[in-house]
Amino acid sequence: MDLLSGGEIVIRALRDSGVKQVWGYPGGAALHIYDAMFQQEQIEHILVRHEQAAVHAADGYARATGEVGTVLVTSGPGATNTITGIATAYMDSIPLVIISAQVVQEKIGEDAFQETDMIGVSRPVVKHSFLVKKPEDLAATIAKAYHIAKTGRPGPVVVDIPKDVTYPGYKISYSYPEQVDIRSYQPRSKGHPRQIQKAMALIASAKKPIIYAGGGVILGEAHKELTELAHLVQCPVTLTLMGLGAFPGNDPQFLGMLGMHGTVEANLAMHEADLILAVGARFDDRVTNACDKFCPNARIIHIDVDPTSISKTINADVPIVGDCKLVLTEIVRRVKIDLDENNTDERKRTLDSDAIAAWWAQIEQWREQYGIYRQQRYAPSTSEVIKPQDVVKTLCTVTNGDAYVCSDVGQHQMFAAQYYQFNHPRRWINSGGLGTMGFGLPSAMGVKMAAPDADVAVVTGEGSIQMCIQELATCTHYNLPVKIINLNNQALGMVRQWQDMQYAGRHSSSTYGESLPDFCKLAEAYGHVGIKVTRLEDLQPALEQAFAMKDRTVFVDVQVDQSEHVYPMQIQGQAMCDMLISKTETI
Amino acid sequence: MRRILSLTMENEPGALSRIVGLFSQRWYNIDSMTVAATDDPALSKITITTNGDEKVIEQITKQLNKLVDVFKVVDLTEREHIERELMLIRVNATGSKREEVKRCVDIFRGLIVSVTANTYTVQVAGDTSKIEAFIAAMKDIGIVEVTRSGVVGMQRD
Repeated sequence: MDLLSGGEIVIRALRDSGVKQVWGYPGGAALHIYDAMFQQEQIEHILVRHEQAAVHAADGYARATGEVGTVLVTSGPGATNTITGIATAYMDSIPLVIISAQVVQEKIGEDAFQETDMIGVSRPVVKHSFLVKKPEDLAATIAKAYHIAKTGRPGPVVVDIPKDVTYPGYKISYSYPEQVDIRSYQPRSKGHPRQIQKAMALIASAKKPIIYAGGGVILGEAHKELTELAHLVQCPVTLTLMGLGAFPGNDPQFLGMLGMHGTVEANLAMHEADLILAVGARFDDRVTNACDKFCPNARIIHIDVDPTSISKTINADVPIVGDCKLVLTEIVRRVKIDLDENNTDERKRTLDSDAIAAWWAQIEQWREQYGIYRQQRYAPSTSEVIKPQDVVKTLCTVTNGDAYVCSDVGQHQMFAAQYYQFNHPRRWINSGGLGTMGFGLPSAMGVKMAAPDADVAVVTGEGSIQMCIQELATCTHYNLPVKIINLNNQALGMVRQWQDMQYAGRHSSSTYGESLPDFCKLAEAYGHVGIKVTRLEDLQPALEQAFAMKDRTVFVDVQVDQSEHVYPMQIQGQAMCDMLISKTETI
Repeated sequence: MRRILSLTMENEPGALSRIVGLFSQRWYNIDSMTVAATDDPALSKITITTNGDEKVIEQITKQLNKLVDVFKVVDLTEREHIERELMLIRVNATGSKREEVKRCVDIFRGLIVSVTANTYTVQVAGDTSKIEAFIAAMKDIGIVEVTRSGVVGMQRD
């Protein structure tokens, strides 16, 4: 058997955990590991320009593929720079393993150079963390980290490795555990049959049902089962920001996103529903609005793999703890038996089809009256004034609705969520929970690495893009031809919108004076292509040109209307259905 | 409402900080907390007394269970259980008070574990109400210092 050093074991264990790419940045405490990385070819290391971007890139990779993303950084500032990225992944339940180097063990606690208590600093934003104290523990710990990251409710796991543990002069035999079993960690997968039975009774008797599904459906690979169930029971479907793509955006049963900037028909249907089937969603404050006014008539079935998500903010009538895919498969199976015409069992359940038809008639009326998809609800673009919504719509047209869309955070994110039609899961990549500006570009690098032949678009704004703009260099270095669509309104749009609405238009620190760079020149300086768009008629040709340049990173800087607001918008402190649909109209 | 939670968890470095961190990060109360290894040195047992309404307690229990290192969480308050707390209390013991303290200690089945010319140090064990009753009884006599262990609890067979 080969004898390996600690550094070599790290690399070998990563390989045996299925890792193909590692995003990272070297430094003193990580050098033994980097030296071992240098001497092998199975794992590719991608050198980012800031550790935060390494985490976002690994995160984008994980979101696009469902695999665990991997990050390698040094101690101290290398470790602390990952925190925003880790918190982003934690809030959205993305499986990551972050290997952080640490100072040698005899220096820990002495405020050594580049020493940070990474386990302590990261504790509130990780699923779990490990400090490895001897080379003999490395392989088993790394195997555990991957197991924990991807099972149950996924999340980021930190493995902190002191430099002496990776010392090249000490070699030991290597073995990777065939199976990982952690006695105190046994995530539940199958839903309880009695709970499923209760859910079936509610589904059959519902007159105004709605499916409210979130990112858990995508993480749990349950989109097919969800779609099948919705079609079987003729139930309208709304998705959270994190859930977009879990149900086809072009399906007539899809009501659009719900919540703060959700569609009126989705929020009204939630408010009026007598049954909410929540799947892989967590009733967060950007969905529910005021909890005490939330959906007064609804019984709630809540399926989630994480028991803490159930009845945390909104009480569930029928909680079902389990893997979404397994639970939905079981529900679909039972519904099919009930709906089978050859089934003559008199106890079998039937749907109230008259009530469901009336419910759909009501929803259709809302769609017609308030929906953003039947009629355009914002002032049209003119040749000189391009509306940001139209940029997203044009992007959707040019990419046939088939691109990976990686978003930053702000107005552009909401416009992208509203107007790009996501028909498949894992195509919409955004920081939903933490709302991390700067996420877009690095996450797109991870996506591009995962899907080199696919169109990968970054929808961003001039605020967000500047938070990780240094990654343009990484795109050059590794030839990652992503297309950056910058909705440049020369202001922090969402901040400005709130200042317009709640602070009498006092735009405190939401504009940049004359300091914005020429983004096209900046892109060119990194070796990319820059295209500036100021007129509507140039928009579509510019986007077509950008996507036609398959092997180039292109920065399309689109000047958009600064005064535009995102609507619909829930009125704070009210029920789900209380919404503004323009600057002056409420429903 | 007051609750006593009993946790069994892996005796790993940093495990305790995860518990404390969880309580502080989610704004749960800790009234007392005791930690020690069990007969199996790989496991430690933690008793936490906390308070909150049903919903909060349910979340606390779920959140604790979710921690990777935690094996088992039992809400002792819901079951037949034994709870004990240990207190060391130093009180003034001069003149006639000396005898009065001694009588009280006997009534509470405590022990005088240290004696000086002017003070007694008393050990009292029992549930929280007994501990608090003893403190109340010593109020007028004059308390010099109190150290309490926090509650340890165990489910009855």
